[in-house]
Amino acid sequence: MRTRNKNFELHSGGTPSLRGTLAKIFILGIVDAGVGFVLMILIGKEKYGLAIFFGIVTIVVNWIYLRRGGLPAKYLAPGVLLLLAFQVYVVIFSGYISFTNYGDAHNGNYAEALDAIQQSAVEPIEGASEYEIKVVRSDDGAVQFLAFDLATNKIFMGGENYSKHPWREQTAADGLVTDDSGYPTALDGVTFLTDEEITEVDPGVTTLKIPLGPDLKKDGFIATADAFFAQQNRFSFTYDEKTRVMTRVSDNKEFIADETVGYFKSAEDGELLSGIGWQVRVGWSNYQKIFTDKNLRGPLGGILIWTFFFAFASVFSTFVAGLALALTFNDQRIRGLRIYRAIFILPYAFPAFLSAYVWRGLLNTENGFINNTILGFMGDNKIQWFEQQGAARAAVLLVNLWLGFPYMFLICTGALQAIPNDLTEAASIDGASPWKIVKFIKLPLLLVSLAPLLIASFAYNFNNFGAIYLLTGGGPFLDPTLKVEAGATDILITFVYRIAFSRSVGADYGLASAFSVLIFLIIGSISYFSFKRTRGLEERAQ
Amino acid sequence: MTTIILKHDKAKRGGALRWFMQVGWKHLVGLFVIAFSTFPLLYILSTSLTETGNIENYVLFRQFYLGNYTDLLKSPDYPFVIWMKNTLILAGVTAVLSVFISALAAFAFSRLRFKGRRAGLLSLIAVQMFPSILGLVAVYGILSKITDYVPAIGLGTKTGLILVYLGGSLGGGTYLMYGFFNTIPKELDEAAKIDGATHTQIFFKIILRLVAPVLAVMALLSFIGTFGDYVLASIVFNTNEQYTVAVGLQLLLADPWTKNWAMFAAGAVMASTPIVILFVSLQKYITNGLTGGAVKG
Repeated sequence: MRTRNKNFELHSGGTPSLRGTLAKIFILGIVDAGVGFVLMILIGKEKYGLAIFFGIVTIVVNWIYLRRGGLPAKYLAPGVLLLLAFQVYVVIFSGYISFTNYGDAHNGNYAEALDAIQQSAVEPIEGASEYEIKVVRSDDGAVQFLAFDLATNKIFMGGENYSKHPWREQTAADGLVTDDSGYPTALDGVTFLTDEEITEVDPGVTTLKIPLGPDLKKDGFIATADAFFAQQNRFSFTYDEKTRVMTRVSDNKEFIADETVGYFKSAEDGELLSGIGWQVRVGWSNYQKIFTDKNLRGPLGGILIWTFFFAFASVFSTFVAGLALALTFNDQRIRGLRIYRAIFILPYAFPAFLSAYVWRGLLNTENGFINNTILGFMGDNKIQWFEQQGAARAAVLLVNLWLGFPYMFLICTGALQAIPNDLTEAASIDGASPWKIVKFIKLPLLLVSLAPLLIASFAYNFNNFGAIYLLTGGGPFLDPTLKVEAGATDILITFVYRIAFSRSVGADYGLASAFSVLIFLIIGSISYFSFKRTRGLEERAQ
Repeated sequence: MTTIILKHDKAKRGGALRWFMQVGWKHLVGLFVIAFSTFPLLYILSTSLTETGNIENYVLFRQFYLGNYTDLLKSPDYPFVIWMKNTLILAGVTAVLSVFISALAAFAFSRLRFKGRRAGLLSLIAVQMFPSILGLVAVYGILSKITDYVPAIGLGTKTGLILVYLGGSLGGGTYLMYGFFNTIPKELDEAAKIDGATHTQIFFKIILRLVAPVLAVMALLSFIGTFGDYVLASIVFNTNEQYTVAVGLQLLLADPWTKNWAMFAAGAVMASTPIVILFVSLQKYITNGLTGGAVKG
């Protein structure tokens, strides 16, 4: 009985103080009030599922903190919640996306795609009137077009909302005033907008579609490209909701909604109605694409090799430089040791994004400091740092060495100072040379304590987006035939970033996510196996 | 200690050559490394003091023109002061909160025993392995969803971005902190427990006090990390007034080798100076913070 009681005490952590309890209730109260506010918004917007979800999470959080005991949950809850929302969810979401065709071309759901296609596919109605227009604002605030029919000299007016502002002819009876050529100069109930006011209309005047009849899709509409002239337009396609078939008005060709590719596709010849599609699940095809698509497979091999080389060379060069420096300067006899150390770590203290830009300036071929001063002896044979593959790769590694050696210097110095003096003293009394002390005593001990950090550094450099992206952007891009651009200094992550956020080819989040899952697996397994091996190292050393 | 004194004496007796063989050459190495690590910084400092952004004849510090600094501080197109304020708020709040929340979780992992503890630690590391840059799509998705319902913590707000930063930094932070907490002998808190201390007292008054220098360094490292973030800040913020220094200064780089390049240099100097000073003055503790207590500096 006594032991049980003691256990209970340890787990509940003793009696809470009054101050602690008050603080707890105060913070919980604030959190609950905040959630309550959010719940009201969600319910107001009829998002009941989300509301219930947040309600349950809040109840659980309250329960965690108000009950006695359950100590681990009390300490873990804030971190776990944030981690779930912004890390775990992100990983799961990316995993899910990798099985879809989500991207610029497949941005939303079916209804959104349908709407976007219909809105964008517009053509002028042949033989219909053209107008010169005035943009006006009626007294109720609606923007309308007052249009002068160039063929018949009649004047019409209408707004976007057909039921309120139908498209109809305006005459003197409506208070219309015209000049000698029949052109409108004033009308009751509206003000003519100045050029400046027109540019301020939100969203732009050029996006307005003024319906010609109650059914925008059937009757067509008036639109303008420049706020001076306008013409009658209609949508290029008609849509049948039941069969989910789009018919092209010009030639009556039918396009069926194809759920396997997320496009409207012709059953006859496979023609796509539009580049706009909707999101569908595509199974393993993104993964398949990585290994079989010619556009990807070509550059991918080279990129992968360079990525491994870049990561390895970065860790190796920074570690060797940092270690050598740490060994050299782990010596109390050197005067000004502290000043040396402080200056050595300056590159690490300088914000990394700024470093990348500074180096971009330094390495500029024509105006750069490096080519003109440090390598000034080379005269006009300037190294084209950002134009040639070899030079660009050397530049990236050089900059990464500059960025990274102080970190290695710091941790090597720390590890060296942690080696007990007795060990090295004993060895030197036994007549070991300084080099032998380094090789047989210091280095093995260092490697044991630093191995996990070196592995982490490898994983970091494998995905060192900033070092590449901010310095070279992955370039130079020497092969213009590639459909997906791949540069000479592109590592996997910058290449994938381009796929995900490309402006030229159109973003393909699905494919990019498939890549990220693969990168995740590569880095995860490398780290797992090397951590396992270093644990072995540690045991042997002991 | 004795060996060092002995060697000193020997060096004195052996004269200059011996001194050079043992210590002097290290100064040569040191000077070379100093040149390597400082010339980019001297270069940008010198550029910030030129009128045109071009260093005349590539000889540093020929010109001392301060106009870029005053222009940048006054410029309405590049509101540097606002960027700096935004950055300091973001980085400061993130640093404090992330260290505190990581410490809470690390305390649980280090001092409490519960089901799923090992699995929890492992998944902390595993999740960190996911290339965060590729989570951008999802992060953006979450934030724009939040914007639809609670715009006050969605896109374009500092709170939203801070939440994202916190989520991203917790895994690594907790794991590092866990290492430190493990270095504090358990006997300490057990003794306190027997004396009737509550778990909160143990956490706040014993553990946190003991690792206070480490906490400060981890906050500094988190601060620097947030300070330098470009990618996340650039997708969350989209007006000049919301930008951070990292995003804002990028605007000045649109065309290098012009007046803007000199202004960028001035901005870079102003933005980095406080951080560099802080970093260098805390360097003694920083090693510890970097290695999670695995290595004592």
